[in-house]
Amino acid sequence: MDDMISLTFLAALASAAWRLATPLIFASIGEVFSERAGVLNIGLEGTMLVGAFCGFAAAAATGNIPLGLLAGVAGGMLFGLVFAFFTITIKADQIVVGAALNLLGMGLTAFLFRTYYVSTGKGIEIAQPVHIPWLSDLPFLGEAFFRQNLIVYSTVLVAILAALVLYRTSFGLTLRAVGEHPKAVDVAGRSVVGYRYAAVLVGTGLAGLGGAFLTLGHSNQFVEGITSGRGFIALAVVVFARWSPIGAFFVSLLFGLFYALQLMLQAQASIVVPYQVLQALPYIMTIVTLVALRGKGAAPSKLGQPYEMR
Amino acid sequence: MAEINQGVRETVNSQAAQAFYRTLSQAAISALTPIAAVLVALAFGALLLWLNGFNGSDVVTVMVFGSFQDMRSVGEILLKATPLILIGAGLCVAFRCSIWNIGAEGQLYVGAIAATLVGTSIDGLSVWVHAPLVMLAGALAGAAWAGIAGYLKVRFQASEIVTTIMLNYIALILTSYLVTGPMRDASAAYPQSARLVREAWTPRLVTDLRLHIGILVAVVLAVGLYIFLRRSSRGFALRVVGLNPHAARYAGMNVARNVMIAMCISGAMAGLAGAFEVAGVTRRLYQNISPGYGFEGIAVALLAGNNPLAAILSGGLFATLRSGSEVLQITSQVPQVLVLVIQGIVILSVVAFAKLRDILRTVA
Repeated sequence: MDDMISLTFLAALASAAWRLATPLIFASIGEVFSERAGVLNIGLEGTMLVGAFCGFAAAAATGNIPLGLLAGVAGGMLFGLVFAFFTITIKADQIVVGAALNLLGMGLTAFLFRTYYVSTGKGIEIAQPVHIPWLSDLPFLGEAFFRQNLIVYSTVLVAILAALVLYRTSFGLTLRAVGEHPKAVDVAGRSVVGYRYAAVLVGTGLAGLGGAFLTLGHSNQFVEGITSGRGFIALAVVVFARWSPIGAFFVSLLFGLFYALQLMLQAQASIVVPYQVLQALPYIMTIVTLVALRGKGAAPSKLGQPYEMR
Repeated sequence: MAEINQGVRETVNSQAAQAFYRTLSQAAISALTPIAAVLVALAFGALLLWLNGFNGSDVVTVMVFGSFQDMRSVGEILLKATPLILIGAGLCVAFRCSIWNIGAEGQLYVGAIAATLVGTSIDGLSVWVHAPLVMLAGALAGAAWAGIAGYLKVRFQASEIVTTIMLNYIALILTSYLVTGPMRDASAAYPQSARLVREAWTPRLVTDLRLHIGILVAVVLAVGLYIFLRRSSRGFALRVVGLNPHAARYAGMNVARNVMIAMCISGAMAGLAGAFEVAGVTRRLYQNISPGYGFEGIAVALLAGNNPLAAILSGGLFATLRSGSEVLQITSQVPQVLVLVIQGIVILSVVAFAKLRDILRTVA
């Protein structure tokens, strides 16, 4: 047990938590945009898978990680375009379309992976931790926070940027209005459809990036179902974070901590709990979170509803 | 006087005929949507195969017709159709009530666990008692697992989409824990439970096929749920809650109770499917007892337009495609996961064609 409370353990835990939170941070901040505009995308899981696969395929072909990340974003947005067309243009039920996209994402990525990659067993060179002079050398703090790759660091930037766009720009103001009172936006002469498309594309682009991180910054391989529910957990993160990007950043970190705890406690020989209990931790905590935050509170009032122009 | 009577009779007759034709054409239109959706999905599947260097026409020749070779292969299709019809018909009830139960996979696993417990721990019962007891245990466990999500929804407004999905993962992890730990058959090389006692097995329909009476149970229950939704006052209340919970509450209906009932019915059907997998097919509990029937059931229900009766057909269709995709993998090395893509496209096409129909209707 001594080992558990040691500084080394804590530093490793903090470091792993941020790394494991990274895909959730991207996906949940993206979903904040989408939901603020009134579009609930439960197809996030499939979208992340597409991002993970596109990122992997592009990096495997070119050896270029930034290009891989870009491919992840593009793959996510392409999926987002399908989602937007069905839910916004032809006003189909968002949940039904989201469920379809999850199946599609799972099926397409597994199909292509098995066709082209599974037999090669090929891995890719992933993004390496960046050494920051002085900071990375700090005792404890350096190990806990400053030995990450650039993708992980960029989550801070994305969170701040998302908050600025959402709360400090006219685009963000209009986007939020689209989720609360689309009629007013329509009357003011702006396109509800256009803003919803934009919100969905931002959301799915970030989800694709989160997926791509899994293959380019975390594991060096694509595995079928590599997201293992992160797209769904991101949906719960958004509720917990009360639809705020900065909130989504910190709530994702909390979930990253659950993942990290699970991994690190499994490695502890002194722990007698069956490892499955730890494995279930992120999923159980997601339910606990939803229950603890009962009520809809800050949910956009038109969440999930198509806009009918009159 | 007689002439007038004659005239009246003719009018009545032609009115009846018109009504008959109207119903017929409506039925034709509503059948057309899913058929068109399936065709589009198959075309997409063919395109995907062709683009990736496979033979595109295999989608029709192998996936649709390839698995109808003999009695045995038809039996295998019906064996796969059993859980799909059960889960699909159950989800029709939940979806009609606007309850998005995405957790049928987990409910199936919990049903399988309960069935295994009842099937391995009791001995010496008659097959007439033990086999139904196993089914009942599966259904009750599935209902209870779904009931958790239902309770969290009505009591804490926790989104059932998220909770049922999380409960899926938890059920899978629970199964993994049980078959590697407390329920493990120590003599077996792989993690698996002990074998169910013979009296607990689901009786077979034909002696030398694996097909068991579950398919009959599935069809009977699907018809039963259709009548329940259409004809009973409870079924009516479920549909009203699904269409407009505020109106339902205003009309004095207990929304929370209806949500719980819809959730538990769909959970019971999935749990029963799990019981049949263990007691009818594998005889033991494994980690991967379901190839994703719980998720496929969602597509079954949506293709059926949330009509339990139609779920019998769409369940049969998806079982055929699944069997065909297995044949395709063996004959042409086409990854079997193609079936997921086709399911996704089926759902999207159903949605698109339904909208198209609405538009055509308003234009006409």
